[in-house]
Amino acid sequence: MAEDKLLKVSSNPHIRSKVTTNGIMLAVVAALMPAAGFGIYHFGFRALAVILVTVASTVITEFLFGIYKKKQTIGDLSAVVTGLLLALNLPVSIPLWIAALGGVFAILVVKMLFGGLGQNFMNPALAARCFLLISFPALMTDFSYDAFTGATPLAVLKNGGNVELWDMIVGKTAGTIGETSVIAILAGACILLLMGIIDLRIPASYIISFAVFVILFGGHGLNPAYLCAQICGGGLMLGAFFMATDYVTRPITAKGQYVYGIVLGVLTGIFRIFGPAAEGVSYAIILGNLLVPLIEKATMPVAFGKISPLKQKAMDAKEKRRVKRIEKLASAEGGQDDEE
Amino acid sequence: MAKLTFTGGIHPYDGKDLSKDKAIREILPKGDLVYPLSQHIGAPAVPVVKKGDHVLTGQLIAEAGGFVSAPIYASVSGTVKAIEPRRVVTGDNVMSIVIENDGKYEAVEYPAGKPLIKYSKEEIIERVKTAGIVGMGGAGFPTFIKLSPKEPEKIEYVIVNGAECEPYLTSDYRRMLEEPKKVIGGLKAILRLFDKAVGIIAIEENKHDCIELMRRLTKNDKRVVVKALKTKYPQGAERQLIYATTGRQINSSMLPADAGCIVDNVDTVVAIYTALAEGKPLMERIVTVTGDAIRKPRNFKVRIGTNYHELIEEAGGFRVQPEKIISGGPMMGFGIFDLDVPTTKIASALLCLSKDEVSAMEPTACIKCGRCVEVCPGRVVPSKLMVCAINDDEEGFLKNNGMECCECGCCSYVCPAKRPLTQTIKSMRKMQLAKKKK
Repeated sequence: MAEDKLLKVSSNPHIRSKVTTNGIMLAVVAALMPAAGFGIYHFGFRALAVILVTVASTVITEFLFGIYKKKQTIGDLSAVVTGLLLALNLPVSIPLWIAALGGVFAILVVKMLFGGLGQNFMNPALAARCFLLISFPALMTDFSYDAFTGATPLAVLKNGGNVELWDMIVGKTAGTIGETSVIAILAGACILLLMGIIDLRIPASYIISFAVFVILFGGHGLNPAYLCAQICGGGLMLGAFFMATDYVTRPITAKGQYVYGIVLGVLTGIFRIFGPAAEGVSYAIILGNLLVPLIEKATMPVAFGKISPLKQKAMDAKEKRRVKRIEKLASAEGGQDDEE
Repeated sequence: MAKLTFTGGIHPYDGKDLSKDKAIREILPKGDLVYPLSQHIGAPAVPVVKKGDHVLTGQLIAEAGGFVSAPIYASVSGTVKAIEPRRVVTGDNVMSIVIENDGKYEAVEYPAGKPLIKYSKEEIIERVKTAGIVGMGGAGFPTFIKLSPKEPEKIEYVIVNGAECEPYLTSDYRRMLEEPKKVIGGLKAILRLFDKAVGIIAIEENKHDCIELMRRLTKNDKRVVVKALKTKYPQGAERQLIYATTGRQINSSMLPADAGCIVDNVDTVVAIYTALAEGKPLMERIVTVTGDAIRKPRNFKVRIGTNYHELIEEAGGFRVQPEKIISGGPMMGFGIFDLDVPTTKIASALLCLSKDEVSAMEPTACIKCGRCVEVCPGRVVPSKLMVCAINDDEEGFLKNNGMECCECGCCSYVCPAKRPLTQTIKSMRKMQLAKKKK
C-alpha cells in the first residue's frame, strides 16, 4: 500500500444520507413555485417585482450580517425560502420599500439576532408579515387589483355575502400573492409530501381541527359551502402546508405535532370567527410558535423499554391499592384470630 | 401478518452484493500473529506463556483474568516472540502476545468432542467458558455469563441473531448458508440449558435463501422456529431484535434475561458448536473484506491474530487508494489509521472505502427537522441530547434518557445538517458510564 496518502479517521457512523439542508430548502423553493407562478399570472408582473424585492432583501440582509459575523450562511438557501414565503404573504399592491423592510425585519430581527438558522422561535416570514400588518394596516389589507373591488373571499363571508367556491380553488380571487390558488398550493405541497420533506401530521390536524371548530362555532352549522369556503379561503392552505410545517418553529416530537396542529386550528377558528378581522392564520401560527417549547416538553417520547411517567403513576397507585387491600385483609384476619 | 420489526431505523445503501456470493475461504496466516489480551468486555486475560516458549495450535496462551473475562488460545504453532503493547483497531496500544508462526500448524490434542446429548448443563457452560467464547457480533461479552443467568428457568427464548443489518457485512450470511447445521447445532446446545425455552433463528428478509434453508432444516424441530425480519438497520441491535421477535421491550439498565431472552450472534453459536462437538477453542472467525476500494471482495475464515495487511492481500489488494478503512460495518465500526493491527474475536469485517463521505461534509446548524427523532430506535430525541452534551448539561442529558442511546448511528446518518450526533452523545455516555463505575 502506498503510504503517501493518510487514511481518514472519524467516529461512527461512516456513511451519511444524501439529504442536506440546502437540498431541503431548494425543494421548498421548488414547491412554492406553482403558488408563486400562479400569483404572477393572476396579479401581473408587479407580483414578480414584489417577490424579487423581498427575496433580494432577505438574502442581502443575511449576507451583510454574515460579513459582520465573519460567517457566511446564505448558502443554505433558508433566506431565499423566507423571502419567498414573505412575498407570497403580501398583497400585490404593497409599496416595494415596505416589502424590502419586511425582508430585513424577518432576517435581521427574527432570525439572525436570535442566533441564525434553527434558533429563531418564530417563523421569520410570518413574524415579518405581522410586523408589517401592525405597522401599515391599511396598505397590508388593500387587496384591490386590476378592476376588482378587492374584497377577499373571507371578508365577503364575514359580511354575510356569498363566494364562488370554484374561483377560490383555482385562485381567481383577491388575496395575497401566493394564497389564492388552492390547486397551486396543493401541487407544491404534494412535491414536499412525496419527497418526505413534510408529512401530513400538522397540515391534517390543523385543517381538520379548524373545520370542526367552524362547524361548532361558525354559526352556519354543517354547511358544506361555507365550510369549504373557510378552508380554501385566506392563508389557511398556504399556512398549513408551508408555514406551520416550518421545521424550526414546530414541535420536533410526533405527538407534539398533532397537538400543535390542533392548537393552530382552534386559534385560527377563534381569530376568524370571533375576531374583528376576517383572517387569522398568521397570528395563529405565530402564537402557536410561542407554545412550541411547552408542547415539546409535554410530549417527549417515552424511551424504548421505559414506561411513561403517567403509566408509571397509575401502576404505582394500583400497587399501593393492592398492598393496602392485602394489609386490610391481613388485619381483618388477624382480628378474627384474636377473637378466636 | 405485520412484518417483524421495530419503530425507527434507516435504509442505507447495503453494499452486500459485493461479497454475498463469495464462498468462505480459509486463509492461513504468513506473518506473526498478535493476540491482544483484551479482546472482550471485562478484565484482560493473563498470559501463561513467556517469551521463547514454543506453542501449538489450540494451546492456551492467556487465561481469564477475572470472572468477566475470557481465555485466549494460539491459532497457529510457533514461538512466542514477545509480550508487548501492540496497536489494535481502536487505535489504543494493548498488551499483546506475539507469536512467530512456524507454518506447521501442529495442534494440541483437543479434548474429545461428543454428541450434544451426552453433555450435562454444567459441562456445556464450562466448555463455553474454557473455549474463550465471547459475543462475536461486536460486543465481545463473555458468552458463558450470558448462558448462566440468575434464573435459568425463566428463559423462554434463545435468539440466534442472524439479522446482519450492518451494510456491507456478509459473514453471518455465508456462515448460515454454508454451515447451517452448525448454527442449528449450537442453538440446540444452548436450548439444552434452558428447558422451557424456544429457539428463534432471526434473519432479515433480504437473506431469503438463508430463511428457506433454515426453515427446511428445522421443519421437524418443535423447539426451533425461523423468523423473517423486515430489512432495516438496526434490526440486529439486541433490544430491537428482542422486540421484533418477541414483542418484549428492555431498556439500557436491563439484560435480555430480564425479558426471558438470550441473544447470541451466528458466529458465536457456531463457536459454541465447535467447542462442544469438536473440542476446539475459539481460534477463528469469518471476516468479510469488502468495499469499493478492494479488488476482490471476499469472505474469509481467518485465524484470530492474523494481521489486517494479510487480509487485504488475500482480497487482491486495493483497486484504488482507499480514503477510509473501517474495522466492522460502516454504521458502528471503527475507522482505523493503520492496517498493522490484528484480527480479534470481535472483528466481523474490514471495509475499505475509496471516498470518505463524512470528512467531505461540514456540519451546519440544526434546523430541528426531526429526522433524528423519527429514526431513533431508542425513541429519544438525539438533537436535544446533543445540545445537552455540548453544554455539559449532565442533568438534562440523563433526564432526556441519554443513557438509552444504543449508539447505532441512525441519527448522524439521516441528519441533513450533517451534525455528529452519535459521536457527541456517545462521548457523553462514556463519561457518564465512567462516573457510575467510580
